[in-house]
Amino acid sequence: MRKLRVVIAKPGLDGHDRGAKVIARALRDAGMEVIYTGLRQTPEQIVSAALQEDADVIGLSILSGAHNHIAPRLMDLLKEKGLDDVLVVIGGIIPNADIPKLKSIGVKGVFLPGTPMQDIVTFINAHARAPV
Amino acid sequence: MPRTVAETAKQRWERETLGPALKHSPERGASFTTISGRPIERLYTEDDLHDVDPARDIAQPGEFPYTRGIHPTGYRGKLWTMRQFAGFGTPEDTNARYKALLAAGSTGLSVAFDLPTLMGRDPDHELSLGEVGKCGVNVTSLADMETLFDGIRLGDLTTSMTINSPAAMIFAMYLVVAERQGADWKTLSGTIQNDILKEFIAQKEYIFPPRPSMRIITDIFGFCAREAPRWNTISVSGYHIREAGATALQELAFTLRDGLEYVQWGVDAGLDVDIFVPRMSFFFNAHSDFFEEIAKYRAARKIWAAAMRDRFGAKSERSWKLRFHSQTAGVSLTAQQPYNNVVRTALQALSAVLGGTNSLHTNSLDEALALPTAEAATLALRTQQIIAHESGVTNAVDPLGGSYFVERLTKDMEDGALAYFEAIDNMGGMVEAIERGFPQKEIAESAYRFQQAVERKEKVIVGVNDYVQTDEAPIEILYIDESAAEAQLAKLERLQKTRNADAVNRSLDALRAAARTTANLMPPILDAVRAYATVGEMCNALREVWGEYEEVPVI
Repeated sequence: MRKLRVVIAKPGLDGHDRGAKVIARALRDAGMEVIYTGLRQTPEQIVSAALQEDADVIGLSILSGAHNHIAPRLMDLLKEKGLDDVLVVIGGIIPNADIPKLKSIGVKGVFLPGTPMQDIVTFINAHARAPV
Repeated sequence: MPRTVAETAKQRWERETLGPALKHSPERGASFTTISGRPIERLYTEDDLHDVDPARDIAQPGEFPYTRGIHPTGYRGKLWTMRQFAGFGTPEDTNARYKALLAAGSTGLSVAFDLPTLMGRDPDHELSLGEVGKCGVNVTSLADMETLFDGIRLGDLTTSMTINSPAAMIFAMYLVVAERQGADWKTLSGTIQNDILKEFIAQKEYIFPPRPSMRIITDIFGFCAREAPRWNTISVSGYHIREAGATALQELAFTLRDGLEYVQWGVDAGLDVDIFVPRMSFFFNAHSDFFEEIAKYRAARKIWAAAMRDRFGAKSERSWKLRFHSQTAGVSLTAQQPYNNVVRTALQALSAVLGGTNSLHTNSLDEALALPTAEAATLALRTQQIIAHESGVTNAVDPLGGSYFVERLTKDMEDGALAYFEAIDNMGGMVEAIERGFPQKEIAESAYRFQQAVERKEKVIVGVNDYVQTDEAPIEILYIDESAAEAQLAKLERLQKTRNADAVNRSLDALRAAARTTANLMPPILDAVRAYATVGEMCNALREVWGEYEEVPVI
């Protein structure tokens, strides 16, 4: 069985990449194959990276408040490309009021500041599609 | 025969008093470290200061090397400036917040711009989607700057603006607004952050490649020396380096080495150190490890004074004196039990005051969740006022000077920073070190180590990995909707219809042409600003000439 493949992406204009980099390393240390896209990726670029890398998981790091725009567009694009079974999780500063909306469009996990890395690893292992 | 050495007072104490005590009451751990992982000894005595010469290394306040502060009277003369960073939504929204802050006793303004402005993108650019007015105020053109400071006399207060890649454009807008209010550039005072090196290192709000970015900065140094001599041309920032995960030492070392890089580029551009260096200022993070932070500020002053005098031959005392702003550590704020953040912030602010900060921003309790509400921002300001007026710590100058512990830590910080300087000098300088990813890797490593320490509970964060509470009621937060984006888009459309398009195009052509030469860029930027060219248009003109920087991410 191959390793879980995870694309970690930083969409939007924000450059605060501490969280994205720390979680990328934690997932790698937990045995996953991690592809970090770098900064300022549009939803189109992220979906194309996921397609190219045959990703099982997309992890978005968003701190700026742009999640309500970025997440719906990303989910639509994933559907369009037939990538509905890719697990999408978001980490960052997300107001509680926005979490139900994100869940309703198919974002499976939303991780707020202070979440232990191990919790995210466990969640991904439990919810990602079985790698083929 | 071995030479007998007399037992020191500390050794005697260890033998007679400590030894027996440890037998019946052992310590809580085998080692004790700061939040940065620096080992801390049990006790510091005069034996620990064998390499510190009090007259040379500590000296007196207001005297070289300024370890004890740059003012002979400390805070007895003048308190630090209480400067609260604020900005959100439209210029109208933020203008109202500024007026409220000034009414509440703020003594200076500090502008937070939104991400599109910081990244030189207009509200109609695809990457601005969802970002307009979210993390700060949106300023697209001079018209927005006029609104932002409407009814606020720029000649009567100082303003700090956190702007980096488009610093020249935003500064030009401020100058034009001030001029139209009748203020004289020669007496106008304030600060632009204008520190691109820490953007490449940590915060990543860069646009152009490092070398043309550095040229804009030396152009601003040169312009201000002639036209706005009281303006602080740069705020060399450790804040973002620390937030990205650096240790206290890495923050100190990379920030000061960035400072040396700017001085070197200024000298290479033909500027006189004693003209432009006195207008450079610094910006540090006030983090949680109380004494390590105090040592960091004290060491910073000492290192800078020596470097200016000895490395650059600066003759003016004003060049030797490091002035700094500090802000409490955003990264230390927790979303869990947010009221605990008031206490964290108070302690961090106290360390900055005991370290001799010249101005201070205290974070609000709700900032791990959102931009602060007006109530939370007021409480943050009150925290500073309580330290200033009730705690009594402002009565004596540098009250911790001479503490064995603080002086030892100060010396260790200095030695550690100088070792980093040597490593970076050997790479050819800070621009070269950044190009090979050196500070970036060091910081990412520290960030990961800290996170692991938290997960192993070697570092306790109250309410997060210990003393957790599961039945928390949510607090009220500031929710910024899309109305600011809509308003700013509509204004941009209106502006494009009403301004003189020919004048805009001519000014942008002139800016492109100047960028291809070595001419100072401030005059053409001022012309473009007066023609109501937008931040995005001006940055695009320079993108066409210089290209954009793309980093190779390291994880």
